[in-house]
Amino acid sequence: MHDTSGNPFLNGLWKQNPVFVQVLGMCPTLAITNSVKNAVAMGLATTFVLVCSNGLISMVRKLVPKQVRIATYIAIIATSVTVVDYLVKAISISVYKALGAYIPLIVANCIILERAEAFAGKKPVVPSMLDGLGMGLGFAFALSCLGTIREVLGAGTFFGFSLFGPNFEPWVLFLLPPGGFISLAIWLLTFTLWRERKARIATEQAALEQARKAAALNVIAEVRS
Amino acid sequence: MNESLSHIFIDAFLINNFVLCVFLGMCSFLGLSAKFGTAWRMGVSVMFVITVSSVLAYGTNVILVATHTEYLRIITYIVIIAATVQLTEMFIKKTSPALFRELGVYLPLITTNCAVLAVPLFQTARNYNLVQSTVFAIAASGGYCMSLVLLSLVRERTDLSDIPSLAKGTALTLILASILSLAFMGFAGMSSGG
Repeated sequence: MHDTSGNPFLNGLWKQNPVFVQVLGMCPTLAITNSVKNAVAMGLATTFVLVCSNGLISMVRKLVPKQVRIATYIAIIATSVTVVDYLVKAISISVYKALGAYIPLIVANCIILERAEAFAGKKPVVPSMLDGLGMGLGFAFALSCLGTIREVLGAGTFFGFSLFGPNFEPWVLFLLPPGGFISLAIWLLTFTLWRERKARIATEQAALEQARKAAALNVIAEVRS
Repeated sequence: MNESLSHIFIDAFLINNFVLCVFLGMCSFLGLSAKFGTAWRMGVSVMFVITVSSVLAYGTNVILVATHTEYLRIITYIVIIAATVQLTEMFIKKTSPALFRELGVYLPLITTNCAVLAVPLFQTARNYNLVQSTVFAIAASGGYCMSLVLLSLVRERTDLSDIPSLAKGTALTLILASILSLAFMGFAGMSSGG
């Protein structure tokens, strides 16, 4: 499942998207996405942590004995998260308040440890940082998808701008916890539908190709006889 | 911050249930709720780890505040949790090898469960004292255990029913969780008391 071949950057952004394909890092995905602004901020914070931790882990990968690698990874991740915690506080206090406890909780986000174990612990520094950037932006993209559904339906706004005018009755449920679960389910269903359709078309085309080849062989056999 | 103990308990157990209302510990909630047997075992071991690490984190925080090194909080808490998980593993291995074999795979996973890290962070942010912290930890982890068991019971039922192939797996689990969380929203009305 964890295919690390191909371009590490594009891989994380789409083919191995952490939320829609690998279903990792669910806590911030569901908790922070009640507005697009928060979703983007959380996505960028996670991207920063991923790039830092992937780069650092890849630098020390040859110095760390195998038995203590997880502990080392976690210490490095916790350091990057502390940096982000103070960075967000310095940039925008309102965003910091909205993200609340979820910034320190980036430490426990399974995406970061998973990338450290699956990629950064084995590869050189530059691809590792690219992988972190791709995965992080893929995560941010997924968060914004969810945030869009929830903000548009739940508050009738997008990035704080009103969309439907004053007569719109907001569907508050989508801002509340059940809305988070249901909108992620909707996105997952959409992507599964799309992927299954693509796979079906591919198999149909392969079958068609085979039938054509078989027909061509028959013609050749007939001509020879 | 002078909340009564019963209020803290009800608040963390039902009104702000860690899984269904605050979205913590989602990975294990979605991943380990397929079978009732693994769900309650996981729930109980998480309860143990959360309670122990909460008390340890309270003590450590006193030292951190006294030495003005609060910026080390995240790192120390995660180290405490990792150590507690390791201790739990060794303890269970010594006392009950049978249980250890059954839990084996899930124990190390507790370290990256964000519910475990959230309890010490929340209790620090809310300035709870030692007794309040312990009650908070027991209630929050009890709520986690309860929602894990509830979802696993529902999922065991849905195994037998006819579901469109598209919705099988994570999507169905999310829809079930959404309905459960809808039910838990009813408890929000209790929050005005206490």
